[in-house]
Amino acid sequence: MNPTEKTEATTSSREEWPLWEVFVRSKAGLDHKHSGSLHAPDAKLALEMARDVYTRRQEGTSIWVVRSDQIVASDPGDKDMYFDPMEDKVYRHPTFYKLPDEVNHM
Amino acid sequence: MQDSITVSTDPSVRYLLRLGDTCLVHAQRLGEWCGHAPIIEEDIALTNMALDLIGQARGILTRAGQLGGQQFDEDQLAFLREERDYLNPTLVELPRGDFAITTVRNLMVAVLLELLWTRLQASTDAEVAAVAGKAVKEARYHHRHAADWLVRLGDGTAESRRRIEAALHRLWPYSRELFQSDAIDDAASASGLGPRWAELRDPWLAVMRDALGAAGLEMPAETAFLSFGRMGIHSEHMGHMLAEMQYLQRSYPGGAW
Repeated sequence: MNPTEKTEATTSSREEWPLWEVFVRSKAGLDHKHSGSLHAPDAKLALEMARDVYTRRQEGTSIWVVRSDQIVASDPGDKDMYFDPMEDKVYRHPTFYKLPDEVNHM
Repeated sequence: MQDSITVSTDPSVRYLLRLGDTCLVHAQRLGEWCGHAPIIEEDIALTNMALDLIGQARGILTRAGQLGGQQFDEDQLAFLREERDYLNPTLVELPRGDFAITTVRNLMVAVLLELLWTRLQASTDAEVAAVAGKAVKEARYHHRHAADWLVRLGDGTAESRRRIEAALHRLWPYSRELFQSDAIDDAASASGLGPRWAELRDPWLAVMRDALGAAGLEMPAETAFLSFGRMGIHSEHMGHMLAEMQYLQRSYPGGAW
């Protein structure tokens, strides 16, 4: 989205500003991690507010903001079907396998 | 009650007080938004800015207190002077008003300070140059944040447009004072302590014209009105602000936490 593009929510002062999810990278090489969310009228101000709210104590070197309504989430009702089948697949963890003593540095 | 201190009339001290007091008084007014901003995110942004400015004021007031044969610390200078010894331009002491007033003033001051700090990085005073090196980054962000709000209020609703125009016309006359030169500026320019503020007028106007243009606003014409805060002659609002700002140190000398 164009950072200065007006969002629907700014067209009426009675409506709430959209919600944004904030992701902060703490230092180069690490992943951006979810820090929280905030309301902002558009992408550019969302970035500035994220800077002011979530990086006040040197938490960040880079910020992403994403409109919360653009995130597609799994349904909590699908939890059993989605995640329980993995419970008994211990062989998917590398620790399941015994390495011969001759193999070093693993 | 704690007595007032008398400050040196040394032009270097006066030059630094003009700068340090601009940061200090602007920060005091910004701090008044704490708990009152229109949204929580902006509440935090405004107080972040106030804290940046307090840090800048500390550095500059500390240095001012060491010059001119005096030995005052930052707290004495911040809290124990009489009104006439504060040398901030009148612009920063005006009541915080609504969010439009704050946005326009933040922009006017941030652009001024950004230009000043940029020049002061080359100050012959190493401590001033060091403060400037850190402060210029802060001012750059304050400038951007205020300019972005200006666009959203200028190009927002009819109500936001009405308010931002009113704020602009209310505050603009106070910009003229910023760029008046006197012997204090001349001395700073000659010693290399810092530029005459008047030298910043053209770049300031250029940046303001761009920012106002982006928000669909016209730059007001220069008025005949001239304020004199930088000479120590303040508006009726200054005394009330100082009473609140100085109360603790006056009542409980040396109080700290």
